Amino acid sequence: MTKVVKKVQLNGVEKMVEASPESRLLDVIRLELNLTGTKEGCGEGECGACSILINDTLINSCLVLFGQLNDGDKILTVEGLGDAKHLTSLQECFITEGGTQCGMCTPGMLIAAHALLIKNPKPTREEIAEALAGNLCRCTGYKKIIDSVEKAAKIMRGES
Amino acid sequence: MVKRIDAYEKVTGKAIYADDLKFDRMCYAAPLHSEYASAKILDIDTSRALAFKGVIEVITADDVPGSIRVGGLVPDQYVLSDREVRFYGDVVALVVAESAEIARKALSLIKVDYKPLKPILSPQDGLNAKPVHDFQKNNVVEHFKVRHGDTKKGYKACESIVEEDFETQFIEHSYMEPESCIAIPNPDGSVTVHGGMQHPFTTRRYTAKATGLPLAKVQIIQTTLGGGFGGRDDTIAVICARAAILALKVNRPVKITYTRDESMRESYKRHPFFTKYKAGIDKNGKFKAMDVDFLADAGPYCAVSPFVIWRPTVQCTGPYIVPNVRCDSRAVYTNNTPTGAMRGFGTPQQVFANESFVDICAEKAGMDPLKFRKLNFFRQGVTTHTEQKFDKHKVSIEEVTDKALKEIDWKKKFKICSRGKPDKYDYLFGIGFATSYRGVSLGAEGNDFCSALVNIQPDASILLEVGVSENGQGLKTAMVRILAGELGVEDERIHFIDTDTSSIPDGGPTVASRGTLVGGNAVVDAAKGIRKMMRPVLKELIGASKKQYLYKSGKIKNPDTKKSVSFEKAVLACHNKKMYLHALGTFSGPDVGWDETRGRGNAYFTYVYACQACELTVNAKTGKVKVGKVVAAHEVGKSINPQMSVGQIFGGIVMGLGFALTEQVRHKDGIIQDVNFNTYKIPRSIDAPEMTAILVENPDPAGPWGAKSLGEPTNELMGAAVANAIYYATGVRFKKTPITSDDIKKAICSK
Ligand code: FES
Ligand code: FES
Repeated sequence: MTKVVKKVQLNGVEKMVEASPESRLLDVIRLELNLTGTKEGCGEGECGACSILINDTLINSCLVLFGQLNDGDKILTVEGLGDAKHLTSLQECFITEGGTQCGMCTPGMLIAAHALLIKNPKPTREEIAEALAGNLCRCTGYKKIIDSVEKAAKIMRGES
Repeated sequence: MVKRIDAYEKVTGKAIYADDLKFDRMCYAAPLHSEYASAKILDIDTSRALAFKGVIEVITADDVPGSIRVGGLVPDQYVLSDREVRFYGDVVALVVAESAEIARKALSLIKVDYKPLKPILSPQDGLNAKPVHDFQKNNVVEHFKVRHGDTKKGYKACESIVEEDFETQFIEHSYMEPESCIAIPNPDGSVTVHGGMQHPFTTRRYTAKATGLPLAKVQIIQTTLGGGFGGRDDTIAVICARAAILALKVNRPVKITYTRDESMRESYKRHPFFTKYKAGIDKNGKFKAMDVDFLADAGPYCAVSPFVIWRPTVQCTGPYIVPNVRCDSRAVYTNNTPTGAMRGFGTPQQVFANESFVDICAEKAGMDPLKFRKLNFFRQGVTTHTEQKFDKHKVSIEEVTDKALKEIDWKKKFKICSRGKPDKYDYLFGIGFATSYRGVSLGAEGNDFCSALVNIQPDASILLEVGVSENGQGLKTAMVRILAGELGVEDERIHFIDTDTSSIPDGGPTVASRGTLVGGNAVVDAAKGIRKMMRPVLKELIGASKKQYLYKSGKIKNPDTKKSVSFEKAVLACHNKKMYLHALGTFSGPDVGWDETRGRGNAYFTYVYACQACELTVNAKTGKVKVGKVVAAHEVGKSINPQMSVGQIFGGIVMGLGFALTEQVRHKDGIIQDVNFNTYKIPRSIDAPEMTAILVENPDPAGPWGAKSLGEPTNELMGAAVANAIYYATGVRFKKTPITSDDIKKAICSK
C-alpha cells in the first residue's frame, strides 16, 4: 500500500507524518513516531490502554486507521501531558495517591481522565468511574485511580 | 508517605516495557497455534510461508537445537510441538519476518496435516483415560494427603454431618501487558533476552535448555512488567526460549509480542477445582471430623500444579480446629488449556469451598456464622491438623475478623438480610464474609533462598540488586525502603537495578507473596555486611565502641562518645582506604519440613490471617449483583509501605470479585472460547465497590522489620464472601463460580 502524508498537531507540535493509510493509528504512534507511552492491551477496543485524544475526543487508537485522520487533526498522547519539567496535576496525583501500580493502564487512564476534566472540571466519583469505564486496570481495583482524579480536579479548581 | 520509586516514569509514558524496545536490524516473529485440543501431527509444509515476501525464516520442532521439552518440576512442555499437539494453544511453528504484520500473514500459508485424537476434557475423564504423555503411567500429576486422627471415629461423636460439592472455573490472569520479549544474539555466541517475566531465572533455565547453551551464556534482563499475578512464568519462559532459538538462527534481534488473543489462547490459567467437603459437628457446634477432596484440572503440562494443590491441602480445614482430618488432593492431566500459578496458589478455589461450607455448617448447627467460627477458630499455641504448633507467631484470626466485621457493622446488617424476600423495588440485600489463614512464602514446597547485592559508590550513592523481581507490586520501593532504613540514608540515594541473571544469584520465584519477606531479609543481611566493613574506618573517625554504631538521618553516630560523621564522609574515607563497600546478603528460610505419606510437618515457617466482608444487593428481576461495600482486614506482620499494601488489597478484592461473579474461560471440546475482554469480563471501574482496608500489624520475628506478605491473601476471600452474601440475600446457595446474573435469575425464578 502506498504511503500517504498527513499534517497533524502532535502533542502541540505541527508534524508531517508518513504512513500507510491502512496502518492502525496505534502502530503509527508507537512504531513510526516512536511514542511508546501509548500501549496495546487488547487490540479490539476493550481495554483503553491505547487511549489518545483526537481533537479533545477520547479514542481507542487501535480502532482507528491512519487514513481516517484529517489534515490539521490535534492528537494528544501521554507524552503530551505536562512538559519535561512539569507534570500535570493529574500525573502528580497518580503518583501521590497511588494511582499507578504496574503502570500498563496508566497512560490510557491519564488520557481518559484528562478528557473528562476538559469537559467536567468538577466530576463526582460516579462520573469519574463512568468516564474511566472503557479503561481496564487489573492491579489497582480502581479506587486509587478514582482518588487520584478526584484530587487532581480539586487542585485544578484551586481548592486544595 | 512513601512514593513508588518507579511512579514518575509510569505517569509520563517513559517506562519501558518489552514491546517498547527497539534494536537495529530487529525482526519479528509470530506463532502458529494448534488447530486441535489433541491431534497427531502427520506433516508440516512451510515452503509457501518461506517464499512469502518479507519472511526470513520459518522454524518447527526440528529446528530446536537443544532439548525439545522443558519444565520446572517435570519436563513435559514442548518448546515446539513435534509429533503431537496436546492443547489448542500449543505452538507448531514460528515465522520470523521483517514486520509482525508480515509474520502473521505468512502463518496461514503453513500447512499442517493433523490426525485428530479424542481429547480429555476434564480431570474426572483424565483419571481413566490414556496418558497425555507417553512417558507417564497415568494422568495423575500429583497426589497429596493429610491423615490426622481417625475421621470415622470422629463422625461417631457428631450431632450432624454436612456434605457439599463445589466447583471453580478457569481464570485468566489478565495482566494488561501481553507477553513480549526480544532476543539478541551476541558476537561471542551467547544470547541476551529482554522480556517481561516474573522470574528471569526460570526463563534462563528454559532458554539454556532449548538452545543447548550453558546457563552462563544466557543473559535474561527483566523489563518493566505490566502485571503478573503469578501468570508470567512458564509461558513467557518458553516464548523467550523460542525467540532465542530464532535469534541465534537468523543472527538478528528477534522480537515476539503476543496479541491478546494469542496470549489468552496459549498462556496458563488458574486451575479449576472440583471440591468435596464433609464435616461432622458435635452438639456444641464444634468440628469433630472433616473429609476433603480436591480434584484439579492441570491441562497437558505439569508446570507448578503440585505446589498449587499442596497449599490447599495444608490449609484444607481453614483456620479451624478439627481433631480428625482426611484430605486427598489430585491434579490431573487433560487437554484443556494448561494451568499454573495464579495469585493465591490454589487457595481462592479452596477458600471459596471451605468458607461457603463453614456458613452451611453454621446454619446446620443453628448458629450465626460468626459465633460458629469463633467456637472453632485456631487459638494461640494450637497444634493444627498438619501437626504444626502455632507458637512462634501471633495467631490473629479472631482479631482480623472482629476488626473487619465491626467496621462493616455486620451484626446489625446481618439481621436485615432479605433472605429471599425482595423489597418493594425488587432488591435483595445480603452481607457475607470469609476468613483465612495462609502460610507465607514457599514453605516446604520449595527451597527458600534469596540474595541481595549492595554496592556503595565513592560519592555514597548506592546500587541495589535483589534476586527476586519487581512484578508491578512495588517490590523495588519496599527493598529500597528497607535498605535506606538499615543504612540511615534517604531513599533517593539508592538506585535499584532490575534483575539481570548474569549478575545476581537465583533468588527463587517472586511467587507465593514471598518477595518482601525473602528479598527484604537478604537486603537486611547485606546492610549488615556493609556496616561490618565500615567499622574499622568508623573507629578512626568517631572513636571505638563496643556497641553498634547508629545509622540515622544520613549520619553515623558513636553511641558512647556521641561523635558522628556524615554517611558521605564515612564512605569517602573507606574509599580512600581502598576499601570497596560491596556486600552480598543472603537469606535462607527457617526450617520447614513435610512428611508426604501422612501429610504433616512444619509446612510454612509463619502464617498471615485475613477476613474480608462484603455487602451487596441482588436485583430480583435480572439477577444482577451490585457489590456496594467491602471491608478487608489483613494481618501483615508489619507494613513497609502502607499505601502500597492498601493498594494491593484493593486490587486483590476487585480481582476476587471477577472470580466470584463474572470471569470464566470456557472450553468447548477442549477449544478455548474466551480469548479477549469482549467475552472474558474482568471488573471495570464502574463495578468497583466502596472499599476499606485495615492493616493489622503483629511484627513477626521471621520477617524483615517484622514484615510478612500480602499480595495473595487479598485475592482468596471474595469468592466465599460474595457467595455467602448472595445466600443471605436470595436464600439460594451457589456452589459454583462464577455466580453469574443468569444463574441467579434462573435460581430465583425456579424457587
Ligand atoms: S488496545 Fe485499544 S482498546 Fe485495548
Ligand atoms: S496499574 Fe497495572 S493495569 Fe492498571
